[in-house]
Amino acid sequence: MATPARELPFRDETFRDDFTFKNSPQTVLRAPFPFDKDSYMYAVNMELHKDGRAGTAFEEPIDVDEHYVSEMRDRALVLDEDPLRCQSLPHMTLAGWDTLELLMSCKAASYPEWFSLERDGDRWHWINRPLGIDDTFTFGDETTLPYGPLEYITRQAQGDFCVLDERAGNLWMDAGIVTTQADWSLDFDIGMNFFEWHAPVPLAHERGVFTRALKYLLSVQQANPARRLNWTMTVNPRLDTSPENYHKWGPENTHITPENVADKLFLRIELQSFWRLPRSNALLFPIRCYFLSMRDLTTVPKWATRMHRVLKTLPPEIASYKGLDHYREIAIDYLAAFDDGQETTAGPFPD
Amino acid sequence: MSSAIEPSIKSRPVYGTLKPATAPAHLIIADADGGKAVLDLATAAPTSFLPNAEICYIPGKADHSVTLEALGAARFYTGPSIAAMLPRLKRTFERMHMGTQIYLAGSESLIGLAMKTAMEANIDFEAIQTEHRGSLARRVQCVHCKGITEGVTTQPVTCAHCGLLLLVRDHYSRRYAAFQGVNINAEDPSDIPPKEEVFT
Amino acid sequence: MSARGRLHGAIDVVVTEVVELNSLIKRFHFARPDGKPLPAFSGGAHIIIQMQDGDTLRGSPYSLSSSPLDTRDYQVSIRRDDQGRGGSLYLHREVKPGMKMSITHPSNMFALDKRASRHLMLAGGIGITPFMSQTAQLAQMPGVHAELHYGMRSRELGVYLEELASRLGSRFHVYADEDNEQIDYDRLLSSQPAGTHLYVCGPSPMIDLVLRKSAEHGWPDNHVHYEHFAKASSGEPFNVELRASGKTIEVGAEQSMLEAIEAAGVDAPYLCRGGACGQCETRVLSVDGELLHEDHWLEDDEKASGEKIMPCVSRCRGTVVLDR
Repeated sequence: MATPARELPFRDETFRDDFTFKNSPQTVLRAPFPFDKDSYMYAVNMELHKDGRAGTAFEEPIDVDEHYVSEMRDRALVLDEDPLRCQSLPHMTLAGWDTLELLMSCKAASYPEWFSLERDGDRWHWINRPLGIDDTFTFGDETTLPYGPLEYITRQAQGDFCVLDERAGNLWMDAGIVTTQADWSLDFDIGMNFFEWHAPVPLAHERGVFTRALKYLLSVQQANPARRLNWTMTVNPRLDTSPENYHKWGPENTHITPENVADKLFLRIELQSFWRLPRSNALLFPIRCYFLSMRDLTTVPKWATRMHRVLKTLPPEIASYKGLDHYREIAIDYLAAFDDGQETTAGPFPD
Repeated sequence: MSSAIEPSIKSRPVYGTLKPATAPAHLIIADADGGKAVLDLATAAPTSFLPNAEICYIPGKADHSVTLEALGAARFYTGPSIAAMLPRLKRTFERMHMGTQIYLAGSESLIGLAMKTAMEANIDFEAIQTEHRGSLARRVQCVHCKGITEGVTTQPVTCAHCGLLLLVRDHYSRRYAAFQGVNINAEDPSDIPPKEEVFT
Repeated sequence: MSARGRLHGAIDVVVTEVVELNSLIKRFHFARPDGKPLPAFSGGAHIIIQMQDGDTLRGSPYSLSSSPLDTRDYQVSIRRDDQGRGGSLYLHREVKPGMKMSITHPSNMFALDKRASRHLMLAGGIGITPFMSQTAQLAQMPGVHAELHYGMRSRELGVYLEELASRLGSRFHVYADEDNEQIDYDRLLSSQPAGTHLYVCGPSPMIDLVLRKSAEHGWPDNHVHYEHFAKASSGEPFNVELRASGKTIEVGAEQSMLEAIEAAGVDAPYLCRGGACGQCETRVLSVDGELLHEDHWLEDDEKASGEKIMPCVSRCRGTVVLDR
């Protein structure tokens, strides 16, 4: 059961100001590298989220890694500054309880040394040892928790969480907590349907990607979660690259130089999963963020090679949408030294 | 019809042409040049239409209130501004019965704000008919400070609240009845692009 | 069901109780063998019950009629259909307490719109079943108005009348054909406050009538919800060539095309098995004979084109070649 990553202590680090975030070598190797071939284009890259490979981020349904405690501290800072980052339209409270049950039961089953959940009817006892939480509450009664159910449990879970209501053959983003996002605003997008909140993405609409993805997501059933990977790049390991604060972090996009690219530029991977929630019939959409610095990538020769080729052949519209224009060439030049021109093996995993 | 809205991204609202619906009652809300769309609607409607219709109208630069009142709808309201009309509209939506057809015509702000008010009364926005006439001026929400700047005609625009220079996107929120504004020169604040009149 | 004869994500259950509610309707209770609670679900959800009926492996959808707030067991209330393919006959005749069976996780194609503060529910006959779970769920939501109008042939054939009366009080109305009582659709549909959502489940003519009346009264489509399970009907046996799998199979008289595909070990997608959800939509490569469409999913022009079929409920006269 337990893989080596579990025995690691949680790192004490920051995702802002002095940016002390760092991956251990094991954490690099277990990252969900998003490219299964040497080029990239939008696709409906959905698969079932189950039977995860040991030693990878897919091993447990809800992954907890060495960054857990520090990521939760960063989330609390974001929410103190801007409470609009967690919102739930009034009809989504039940889905919040569904989310709480799913995350508590998954974590307690996967990591019994860190989390425990005891239920006696509606009386639930939850222990989160890494964060020092020991609470007893009544399931379904908001007054017995310090926050609403969605906020309570997602202050204890890495990654952003969107909760999608299903109506009229579409999915509506009617609740969420969004503090580790790739430049989109929950506050602005809340209430939008699947096509609307994806509206700014170039090329994919024309390719029918979202129509097919929606059809797939509507068929996701209880006990059969699905997942896909997405990616972008970020200067510094900043979790909160929000549009709200773009005027503060935007200047950093111009700070990449050939001298600092290895440690200052990060591949930002999103592990997105999709879970049908039982009581509300809503869909939970967690978006978990993993950072790999350019230097981290070079510790896995196949990944450095592939990243180099993906960046070189990326369509310009996608590069601009992802905000890579300032540093794409610098990254390509840096990674070129690690690309021996040989063919890479199939699939995303290290050789 | 007379709307000059270019095809854009999926979140940008699109508008149609008002057509009389089969419905027991009709609620028609318009401003300025939207009044002409209401006159067209009334001309196309059967005789049973106006006796079951309520018209709410906000004159702007163009004032069609005399002609609209003369149509003889069951109820006619005119007010000085959209903001002044909204409390009345909220109450009207709450008292309405299922089956009443809603028609919105005129500026994007009128359409957006009336639709937002209807949605807050649990009315299905997809069942509301809309027709754009007149100004393309936008309501813009600053994503940074959350303040809304009304009547935006330029690209970029200065946020009326926090003063950041904003790129006005086509990304639109029905909840705010506003387009999204994002700081245009965040990466280099010394780069100040000129403002052009584009939303007129 | 795969070649191993299992539904996707099946739950093993034991029949704990069979209750005869009246001369036509029995209620079946399913629980986990270890007594632990079954998964939570939402009002209006259904499960698919797997049945080994002689040589035929069936999977039929039934609405859960128990409360989503109590999942110590799942309950379904099933009307015996003497003209049907035999799923309900099998359940009525063969299924006894103590039997081991398999069911799917619940899924929902008749969910409540949780934004609404008013819900108007219209049930006909056995169409009452999804409203049992929906009204139980709504009873937990303070300030939400739910009103149920339940039509039936006779009061003897009605079910759960006392339970619904105690749950809904004066907002529960019963109409029996034999007492010349009819739901006054025009009055109901013209008098609802804005924001009301309408739900109807019952025989096809009732659903069609309500859809027509609600449109006449100006109700927008998004406020009108209906559950329209088609029944996979029996018919003449026919042959199906599964081109992608390289197999040719025969569909028996009492078997659905989807069941025959599954029995041949070919994995095919499905959700509702009632011709409503669109999941099992399959491309027809050619047909020698005639497609007999029975679903509520394909548009009329799609049915006429002969290019698609829903194998959970539809059949063929002759031989059909599928892209499966």
